[in-house]
Amino acid sequence: MNPELQGRVFPPVAPYLVGREKVREFSRAVFATNPINHDPEAARAAGHHDVVAPPTFAVVVQEATLAQLLAEPDGGIDFTRVVHGDQRFSYTRPIVAGDELTATLAVTSIKSLGGHSMVTAESTIVDAAGAHVVTAISTLVVRGDE
Amino acid sequence: MTPVLTELTVGDVVAEANFPLTRDSLVRYAGASGDFNAIHYRDDVAQSVGLSGVLAHGMLTMGLAVQPVVDWVGDPARVLDYQVRFTRPVFVDVIEGATVSVVAKVGAIDLEAHVARIDLTVTFNGATVLGKAQARVNLA
Repeated sequence: MNPELQGRVFPPVAPYLVGREKVREFSRAVFATNPINHDPEAARAAGHHDVVAPPTFAVVVQEATLAQLLAEPDGGIDFTRVVHGDQRFSYTRPIVAGDELTATLAVTSIKSLGGHSMVTAESTIVDAAGAHVVTAISTLVVRGDE
Repeated sequence: MTPVLTELTVGDVVAEANFPLTRDSLVRYAGASGDFNAIHYRDDVAQSVGLSGVLAHGMLTMGLAVQPVVDWVGDPARVLDYQVRFTRPVFVDVIEGATVSVVAKVGAIDLEAHVARIDLTVTFNGATVLGKAQARVNLA
């Protein structure tokens, strides 16, 4: 892996429009049964504009930024050796159906540990007004030669 | 009813749940998330990279493990921060499936910020599969 990736900020990816049915589909897939995830009336009764996405939904929006990282021509990251190490989501507000979200990736850390490399990628996700919604942080482990 | 922060004690078990997974669950998550890595639905591909067989997406395990916490606080919007470390794979047998168990305990209480940190113990076959699995929830 190219150590010069550390500190690199990538161009924002194309905006992601959060659909109500997508939120429901994702909710079913992660066993989220709360009515606020599925029923717009229940969501509105709880003070939300529309159905609220489960806490890990941000990974769907983050995914395009990780694809950018893996495709970086001088990155030197072998996709077949990548293992997901850590994941974190830090919310300013929840993701709600109807949101148009834009994610921007920054590589915050590159480390070597016992022959493996670890890259920490932080995707900052903002809404159509530019206000922060969630930051998704992934640490990817790239296994060294065995 | 939202849990009351001042009534909580560090160490309290606030939620427990078991999630039976099948290969169908993995296909459903692949479609919903867009993660179509074949190690999550093809044994031959999983075995070609040294795994014993198909394993669940780490993000599926992470996603379901927080649901007992969401049900306890009553609103997914109360989850402010959620993090895990992926420590062991969850192998999903084609016939038997796999059961992931979650126990959620109060890890820390911040009365000033109205936030509780909930620590998750997530196990499969008696071994933990997520490390440092913590959700910070707003109980204001």
